[in-house]
Amino acid sequence: MSHPDPGFVSMSFDSDTQRKIVSHQRTWSPYVDNGGTVLALAGRDYAIVAADTRLSVGFSIPSRNFTKIVQLTDQAVLASAGMGADRQYLHKILRSRLEIYRYQHQKEMSLGAIAQLLSNTLYSRRFFPIYAFNVLGGIDANTGEGFVFGYDAIGSFEKVKVVCSGSGQTLVQPVLDQQLAGRQKYDVPDDQRMASLSLAEAIELTRDVFNSAAERDILTGDALELYAVTASGVRCERFELRRD
Amino acid sequence: MIETPTHTTEPIVTGSSVLGVQCVDGVVLACDTLASYGSLARFQRITRLHQPAPGVVIAGGGEYSDLQQLFRITDNIFRQEFCQEDGYELSPRALHSYLARVLYGRRSRMDPLYNSLAVAGKGRFLGCIDLYGTAFESEAVATGIGALLALPLIRKQWHAALAMDEGVRLLEECLRVLYYRDCRALRSVQVAKVSDSGEVLISEPYELSNLQWKVAQAAEEV
Repeated sequence: MSHPDPGFVSMSFDSDTQRKIVSHQRTWSPYVDNGGTVLALAGRDYAIVAADTRLSVGFSIPSRNFTKIVQLTDQAVLASAGMGADRQYLHKILRSRLEIYRYQHQKEMSLGAIAQLLSNTLYSRRFFPIYAFNVLGGIDANTGEGFVFGYDAIGSFEKVKVVCSGSGQTLVQPVLDQQLAGRQKYDVPDDQRMASLSLAEAIELTRDVFNSAAERDILTGDALELYAVTASGVRCERFELRRD
Repeated sequence: MIETPTHTTEPIVTGSSVLGVQCVDGVVLACDTLASYGSLARFQRITRLHQPAPGVVIAGGGEYSDLQQLFRITDNIFRQEFCQEDGYELSPRALHSYLARVLYGRRSRMDPLYNSLAVAGKGRFLGCIDLYGTAFESEAVATGIGALLALPLIRKQWHAALAMDEGVRLLEECLRVLYYRDCRALRSVQVAKVSDSGEVLISEPYELSNLQWKVAQAAEEV
């Protein structure tokens, strides 16, 4: 009965549905995809959270310098791809929740707790999702070991060693898998591959994959913002990417 | 299921592009003075620039009634701030952030204010907001079709030492291009200058000069 051709509209539709079909009225979408690629990578005593700074709307670039990363604590950094406005909202409420936590507990929220808070925040909007694809990176306050978490838009999350989200995900994630977590290298055991990667090497790899993504993904480019989380704090670096 | 209100998702009376550029001594905004009713150039001498407080100017495109509502909202928050009498002044950046929350809140209620805004203020502030609530600061902004036609021109001509008078000329040139190519643009334009110290100059509507239509004759001869 749900034939799209107006000629086949049956009286069994309610009047509102019928009006929409006949007038071909499209409902307004509250979502827009602003593109961008985010990445998080954890080593033995550090974590890297990186993202490009391009803001795209369709084929145009309203901003070349739009940050996708927020530093939540001295041990946790969050990057989100997807819709720009939803990201700004999410970062704002997370920052305020952490501020409240600081006042109430006189300490920073731990990385694991932030990971769960983010999941709950996303899931609280299960039926009107926040269109943001998050990667959270940081170090464990007790052990000093780096960890990253990857999310979907409604709060499912996974603790991993390396994750990439956003418009360049399909280009970047396979490379990271092969280089760092892959099953195709037999010379080095899996658990040692990440552990043996130094921070400087990880930064080089991150720059390489972002330059590669910027070559083929039109929604990724302009600049790379890179946050390196170590026991001595968070360091932010910026590198240029191609701007076309 | 929440019923979607549809009356604000179809703009009726609309303004076209808004342009803005950061200069070495302030910020310049520019737009034309037209509010179109579909393809009809319905209101030709309206202003799309608004100064809610000293040192702040906002300019907007999209649904004109929503724009007037936003102007009223900004007037009200500045009036409330003024009545506090605590010597505190709402900064342009704060207003930009506030308007972004207003627009984001409305889009989240599926009842958007159908506008894109440029916010300029003292301290060389220039920001941009769209109907989804996407907000950012930039040295060059252009909304609507201006994002496609004017923004590349502004970015190409922009440099860190751009003076405000040069900025005005640059935006005039962009408005000229828009008048040639944007069917919803008008020759009558307005420019706002906000200096670093917060001095605001909003021009009366004036006509773009030096329009060149000779190319149209060449097209006829072919």
